[in-house]
This record gives sequence, C-alpha cells and structure tokens, in this order.
Amino acid sequence: MTQTLAFPSRPAAPSAPVLELAGVIKEYPGDPPVVALGGVDLRIVEGELAAIVGPSGSGKSTLLHVMGTLERPTHGVVRIAGEDTSVMSDKQLSGLRARRLGFVFQQFFLLDGLSVLDNVAGGLLYRGGRAADRRRLAAEAAEMVGLGHRLRHRPNQLSGGEQQRTAIARALVGRPALVMADEPTGNLDTATGGSILDLLRGLHAGGTTIVVITHDAGVAAATDRRIEIRDGMIISDTHAGS
Amino acid sequence: MIRTRARDPGASRLTAADLLRVGSLGLRSRRARAALSALGISIGIAAISGVLGIAQTSKASLLAELGQLGNLLTVQSGSTLSGTQAELPTTAEGMVSRIGPVTGVAEIASLSSVYVYRTPFIPVIDTSGIALTAASPSLPAAVGATVAYGRFLNPATARYPAVVLGAEAASLLGIDNLAQPAQVWIGGHYFTVVGILRPVPGPVEQQTQMDSMAFIGFPVAEQYFSFDGHPTGLYVRAVFSQVAAVAAVLPDTVDPASPAAAQVTEESGILEAEVAAKGAYNGLFLGLGAVALLVGGVGIANVMVISVLERRSEIGLRRALGATRRHVAEQFLAEALLLSALGGLAGTVIGIAATAAYANTQHSQMLIPPQALYSGTGAALAIGALAGLYPAMRAARLSPTAALRTV
Repeated sequence: MTQTLAFPSRPAAPSAPVLELAGVIKEYPGDPPVVALGGVDLRIVEGELAAIVGPSGSGKSTLLHVMGTLERPTHGVVRIAGEDTSVMSDKQLSGLRARRLGFVFQQFFLLDGLSVLDNVAGGLLYRGGRAADRRRLAAEAAEMVGLGHRLRHRPNQLSGGEQQRTAIARALVGRPALVMADEPTGNLDTATGGSILDLLRGLHAGGTTIVVITHDAGVAAATDRRIEIRDGMIISDTHAGS
Repeated sequence: MIRTRARDPGASRLTAADLLRVGSLGLRSRRARAALSALGISIGIAAISGVLGIAQTSKASLLAELGQLGNLLTVQSGSTLSGTQAELPTTAEGMVSRIGPVTGVAEIASLSSVYVYRTPFIPVIDTSGIALTAASPSLPAAVGATVAYGRFLNPATARYPAVVLGAEAASLLGIDNLAQPAQVWIGGHYFTVVGILRPVPGPVEQQTQMDSMAFIGFPVAEQYFSFDGHPTGLYVRAVFSQVAAVAAVLPDTVDPASPAAAQVTEESGILEAEVAAKGAYNGLFLGLGAVALLVGGVGIANVMVISVLERRSEIGLRRALGATRRHVAEQFLAEALLLSALGGLAGTVIGIAATAAYANTQHSQMLIPPQALYSGTGAALAIGALAGLYPAMRAARLSPTAALRTV
C-alpha cells in the first residue's frame, strides 16, 4: 500500500525533462582504457519514478555519479533541469548539487556526531540561510518520512530502516528536482527494504522525481519505468503497463 | 573542452557560523583525540608564556628591590697618561647639573690621609676603616640615601666642623643615635655629629661603600685639611630612558680639557648583569617551548591527515550535498585552527597559573608581558593554520566519487 506524500510540492509539468544524458561516454585511463559507459542517452521527466537495473560491473554506479554531477563524462552532455553541466565549473556544479539534486546512498552516510534533525538539516547546509529555518524544514521532512519521534536521537541509536529514512529526509529537505537513490535497500532486510520502497513510491506519488539504481529485480519491479543496463549500455527501457 | 560560464543555478554557501559548527564537529565527536592532539600546543604555549611571565615577574621584583637606583651613574677620576692620579675639575658638579636629563648630581672627594676617631685618646693606628669624605649637600638625594637621625650637611654646616656618619661608621664609633650630642676627633679637630645615615640599598653600597664613610663639607675640608677642592668622584642621577645618552656626554662635560680622565660607570650595569644572570635559562626554556610548539603542530597535522583519511565518506557526502572544494578545505582548516586555539588557550592559562604560583612564593606582584600572550596565541594559530593546510588541501582534492567509494 502506498500513501501519497505531498512533499516536495513542486508544480507538476510532466513533460519537462529533469535530467537528460546525450551520448554520454565515460572512460577510465588504462591500457586499453576501461569503458564504463559506452554512449548512454537517457531522459528522465519530472514526476517519474525510474529504476536503473543491472548486475554489478554493468556501469550503473558510474551512471549515477555522472547523472549526479559527481563525475564528469569523458564525452557527451548531461543536462539537469535544462542546464548543460559540461560548461559549469566545479563550484557551479556544487551549487547545482546543493539546490537541484538529492542523494540517497546504500550506506546511508549519516554523521554520527549529529542528531537526526541535524543530519536532515545537513541537506540544506550548503545553501546558507538561517540555521533555525533549516531545522524547521528538516523537522517537517523527518516528520514526513515517519521519524517525527526520533529527531533528537543519534544515528547509532536508530535501526537500519530508520537510518535510511533519515538519509531520504536529508535528500528531500531541499525539494530537489531529482532524487537519486543508489541501492537504497541494499543494506536492509526484505521487510524494511519494502517499507523504504513504499516510502519512495509515496514520495513519487506526491510529485518527487526519483531514480533508483539497483541490481535487485524486486526493487525494479516496484517502479513505473525500468531501464536495464549492461556493460555500460542501455539494453532495455520499459514502462510499466506498456 | 571549451567551457563558457553557464548561468549560475545559485552558488553553494557556507556561513561563518555554519563553518564553526562544521569545523568543531570532528572535535566534539572525538573529544579524547582532540584533547591529546591539542596537548602538544598547550605544553609549548604554557612553557613560553610561563617563562616570559616568570622572567618578567622576577625582573620586576629585582627592580622593586633596587628602588629607582637603576639610573645612577658614577664618575671617578682616572689615571692620566703619565700614570698619576687625575683630579676632576672643581666646576664638574655645576657643569653636569646643566645636562638636561640630569635630575641630581653630587660630588665627593676622598680625604685619604685624614682619619676619624671617637676621641683624641684612641691610638692613631686604630682607624676603624672609616673613610673620611668631603661631600656636597646634594649627596643623599643623588644616591638615594636617607637620614636616620639628625640631618645631612647643608651649605651652612658644610662650612663648620660638622660630620655625618654612614650607618656602619656610626656603629664602629659606638654612636647609635643622637639623643646625646656627640663629637668625634678628626685630624686634630673635634667635629660635631649632625646626622647618621640609614644603611643604603645593597647595590649602591656595593658601588660606593657609603655605609663606612664619614661626610664633611667641602669648605671645611679645604679650611682644616689643606684640601684643594677637586672632587674625586661624582654621583649623577638621570632620567631613566636617557641614562646611556647622559653617560656618553659625561666625560666631556666633567673635564673638557682631558675627557679621558673621567671614568663613567653605569650602576644599572650591575642590575642588568643580575637580571641577565636570572634570565640565563630563559632562552633555553623558550627554545624548549618553541620545540614543544613545533612538535604540537606536527601532532595536529598528523591527526588531521588521519582524520581526512577516516572521514573520506563524510567528505564525499558533503560534496554530494553541495559543498565546494573550498568549503571542504575550510572545514578541515577550521578544525585545525580550533584545535590549536584550544591548545593555546589551555597553555596560556597554565602559563599564567605557573607565573601566579611563582609570584606567590616570591611575595611579589605577578607581571605577564602582554606580548607574551599575543605572541603565544598568534604562534598557536599560525602553527594550527600551517598544520591544517596540507590535510585541508588533501581533503579538498579528493574527488567526490573516490570519497564515496567505501572499501
């Protein structure tokens, strides 16, 4: 069962591309060079919930890094919210990540020294502004992922599922154009993983654009769109019900 | 690849308050490590501020002990080129008193062939070692001597057979006070004792041996003992900051005809020697403090490098959250600076406490030169900045994906 989580409340314009990859090639130096992505074209539109599926070594992590501007492609263009990232400086890319993108990682990457509230507020840290405002928004986001009663707890006092919810709240708090989740259920048991998937679907129903990267076919089955990748190439792109 | 400036989607920002929060995060979550790595700096700063404070306190107590005597100059007649004893001109006192910064001058002449006896019946060979000296009335003011009984010579009593005894001379003659009028036998004449001096402060006594002298006026010395009126010595008091300048012009002023005949001694030289002796180990301790500071800085650099390695995933996360390279560098630099500032603060407190304890045992006032505090804190911060620079650059250079790749 999926509840609708109306946060963030971006005006829906279903056809606008949030993310566009055109002819993206990523090579790592070596002899011969290792080709991690061999020419990827991909378009994610606003409001989508898509899964990128592939076995380990298929290049899906590299794809996530390139999509998330954490790494530049060797060739090709990555556009986020219509802007060409290849002409941006490192500083501008940082600004883009701070304002347009949200990340969820398999290992959660929460900071042990901070409470749940401050970890979530960390999603807004590099936008500046008043700390009190950031905490207020963080409390709302934590409430939405079901952690309203855990705000003062430290990450090591939380279950794995609660830690991942904290990380999701941190990715959402800035109402990014696109949330990228890298194996969000990879470190969780099946039941907890299922509840995290439900949370992501609920967020999607509320209008958040989400890309999940996974090797788990079960996770991929829970999404509307399924993009299969193998050896750095997209081999299939199917929409649920089509 | 040619890059043109794209429209800025809104830059990353990190406010100063947030930088402080982020920079102190590592210290707050690893307190024991932070305390240990700040320890080196605090030992160095404690050594430096403690040594400077104790040195200043002991110097101040020495100066207090000497009173204001650090600015006393002595002029003595030296030998001429032919080897005979030179005389100072009779005009010397007047000339010297016209030097601007001179605040007091007194002339003396030692009457070495005339002896002081309690009565005429004392055998001639029992001289008691009392040195008869002709002195101008300004002597007590110039050397800082005070009168215990009676008064010192004045222009009137200087013309009559009146004598003032130094403290030791009085006790040798058995004259403890002037409750009864007292006379002494000097060179075949009775002289009335008009005053007895208090013992002069140690350094002045070392230089002048005034305590065992008996003083009579110049006019009476000329009248009774065929003294030619030429002084053999001058005591000059000058404004403290101008002592060296006054000392430089003294020989020419005292005896323009043969300046070489006037030998100038700076009493404060003794003081400086004493202060220098007390401070002989200060340089060593300061050096050790500097070494401790350096080692402390290396310790901080080491801990910061380890911290950067351990916190790779945090760095990757922060880059994903929108931190620029600069923000990451600033975070680690702030952490190093905070570490060294905490160490510096703790060290300064320890140094002040050590100085206070020393001042307490010496019953003197605690004095810490302010520049010791500024320079201590400044040195701690400079070391922290240097120590943090390399780890901060390393952290900033880390690519986000490499940082996020966990082993």
